[in-house]
Amino acid sequence: MIHALLLLTLVATQDTTAGKQIYTKWCAGCHGDNGAGDGPAAKHMIPPPRDFTGAVYQIRSTPSSQLPTDADLLRSIDEGLFGTAMPGWKSRLSDRQRRDVLAYIKTFSTFFADTTQRPQPIKFGNAPGGGSGAEALKVGRQFYDSIGCRKCHGDLGRGDGPSAPTLKDDAQHPIFAANLHENWRFNGGGTVEDIYRRLRTGLDGTPMPSFGDLIENKFLTDEQLWRVAQYVRSLSPKDAPVVRDVVHAPLTKSLPHAPDDSTWTAVAVYWFPLVGQIIHKARWFSPAVTGVWVKAVHTADSIALRVVWDDRSQSPDTSWLAHVGRVFATLQSDDSTPEQPAPWPDQLIVQFPVSIPTGMERPYFLMGSSGAPVYQWRWSSIARTAPVAGLARGIDRFEPLSSGGPAAQAVYDHGQWRVVFTRALASTDTASQLPFRTGRAIPVAFFASDGSNGEHGSRMAVSTWYFLALDEPVPARVFISPVLAMVLTLGLGMLVVWRAQQKTSYRRQQ
Amino acid sequence: MTGRIFSVVGGMFLLTVCSKGSQSSAAPAAPPAPAAVENAAAGGTITGTIKFTGVAPKNPPIDMSEEAACKAKYKTTPTEENVVAGPANALANVFVYVKAGVPAGQTFTAPTTAVVLDQDGCRYHPHVLGIMVGQPLEILNTDPVLHNIKAIAKANRPFNVSQPSAGMKTTRAFTAPEVMVNLECNVHGWMHAYAGVRPDPFFAVSAANGSFTISGLPPGTYTIEAWHEKFGTQTATVTIAGTESKTQNFTFAAR
Repeated sequence: MIHALLLLTLVATQDTTAGKQIYTKWCAGCHGDNGAGDGPAAKHMIPPPRDFTGAVYQIRSTPSSQLPTDADLLRSIDEGLFGTAMPGWKSRLSDRQRRDVLAYIKTFSTFFADTTQRPQPIKFGNAPGGGSGAEALKVGRQFYDSIGCRKCHGDLGRGDGPSAPTLKDDAQHPIFAANLHENWRFNGGGTVEDIYRRLRTGLDGTPMPSFGDLIENKFLTDEQLWRVAQYVRSLSPKDAPVVRDVVHAPLTKSLPHAPDDSTWTAVAVYWFPLVGQIIHKARWFSPAVTGVWVKAVHTADSIALRVVWDDRSQSPDTSWLAHVGRVFATLQSDDSTPEQPAPWPDQLIVQFPVSIPTGMERPYFLMGSSGAPVYQWRWSSIARTAPVAGLARGIDRFEPLSSGGPAAQAVYDHGQWRVVFTRALASTDTASQLPFRTGRAIPVAFFASDGSNGEHGSRMAVSTWYFLALDEPVPARVFISPVLAMVLTLGLGMLVVWRAQQKTSYRRQQ
Repeated sequence: MTGRIFSVVGGMFLLTVCSKGSQSSAAPAAPPAPAAVENAAAGGTITGTIKFTGVAPKNPPIDMSEEAACKAKYKTTPTEENVVAGPANALANVFVYVKAGVPAGQTFTAPTTAVVLDQDGCRYHPHVLGIMVGQPLEILNTDPVLHNIKAIAKANRPFNVSQPSAGMKTTRAFTAPEVMVNLECNVHGWMHAYAGVRPDPFFAVSAANGSFTISGLPPGTYTIEAWHEKFGTQTATVTIAGTESKTQNFTFAAR
């Protein structure tokens, strides 16, 4: 009896005082003191922090309209929400602290106290086998089309469907249809099971509906819905990309100028993440370009650099203007007067130092400084074949150079830009235009703007410095020397043996 | 064109249907027991006409080029239905309801007949509807295209379900009064509908000629509110004695 009382007391004290302290310290900055998703940092985020007062949660195991289970909420607290500002707290807070804060978060909405609201997780079995086979993916693709995924997520799944520019969440904030090629950024996880669960439950508060009714309505079978999940999973790489610092550019016979030249298929690809430019005003907290995929090759006299990135819109595109308006309305601007949406182009900048550094010293990664400029190639979607080479001396100072810049070819294809820059290795203007040399680590950085997300000027996505290495042709002596050495060793050895044998036979004769 | 006008909801016919029986408010679907029918003549009636002053804003045209099946249902370019004006500045699609005055504790049984919300030609029919707490809302897809039906609500749980083909049907119910629950389709950003959810049957949606009727009201003094999606709200106080019929008109200022 006393034990039971103790237990009751324990349960009752899983309350709210301890939870409130943790909440105030760690959560309120974004989610607000009253849980309305309106903390001081909220105006710098898209998607914005969860408003707990409505008890509407995206990541659930329950059908659309139901509350999440405690386990659902705890999962989001523990693991965080990928692709958003919400970090995982498992390693930062104790089990008890996370339970306490969970209990406190639930007090922000009366729905959790309503005993008629009992969340019931959807029960489902395991994924049917053969999910990565051609036949399964074909079925998945068929239902991807027939249940209308492409309307928002696009024909190839890059979040560029016809309805994509109009999407809003319940609070009228802009929201992107997920780029299905980046499963490591899916809010609720990127496994086939995670994707299937999202299809069944929907993401409440967002445009993503539940497709669970379709099974009950016999529009498709459970297995076919699994096939959709398996198809969606197949669009992303097997493993999330890992940053490798050095882009190796092998030597090729001819230079591939076109983005879809078959030469590129055999060349290794390197992925670099991009983040919002939040150092200089005007800062940018909501970059649309999440990373670039880079390949490079060179010939005896020229270099080709291929940069590929996903972008939902081929800017300038006026159908995205309303989206830009929503972005500006959601984010707090650095400017005193709010900016008006305009049809800006997409842009990509490749940045090098002016010359290959001899030591560890490199110019400032964010477009150099007045004393130490950087050499840049600036490409824009309104001048696709005419990138501008120039020197940047800080984020707002760019001096174009009149000649000697790179050529470019670009393709926009279903939510993806593919651009190839080509230039001679040598430079006639070595003072400002970097001469490329083989066998050296050449610093390189990337910047990207999606004009249809309101990005222009300093509002862009940036990378830090990485390296480009033009692999040297392997000289013939590398292959011949070992053979020569082997022959010589063999010869010498045989000579020693022969001499020894000679001596032995001489002694015998004596 | 101002679009076809659907202002009288199937559920509106049930306005005359009311009961003083207790209501199981928490049930997600309507209780199967048939509602007791009370003689409407036993109560008072409020009728009126809703008009507006000024110039009605133009309803934006809808570009349906992405949805050939919907586009084919129109001879001329369809428009949104933000302001549906009738002759002589009559205003349709106004939700009129008793905001206050119904004695607290008096409960009403929701009809089991569903209010139907049809998605036809990539527009909602009706555009504004009234429904009782617990009354089934039957959502139909007449279009051979994907619609998602998202309810944005505060007092009720929001939901978001998909209907990718013609003939699909989803039935939902609301658990709490709310004026209004917003219904929208995210595939077609122009599709909006509004549901007034009430605990009693004393509500109506104005017709094409701006007229409305709320009947079966017991004697009392009531606050009547008229809600329009663009023009805001208007309130009036009406006292009903016996079975009399009172007239209460509303005039909105166009904005």
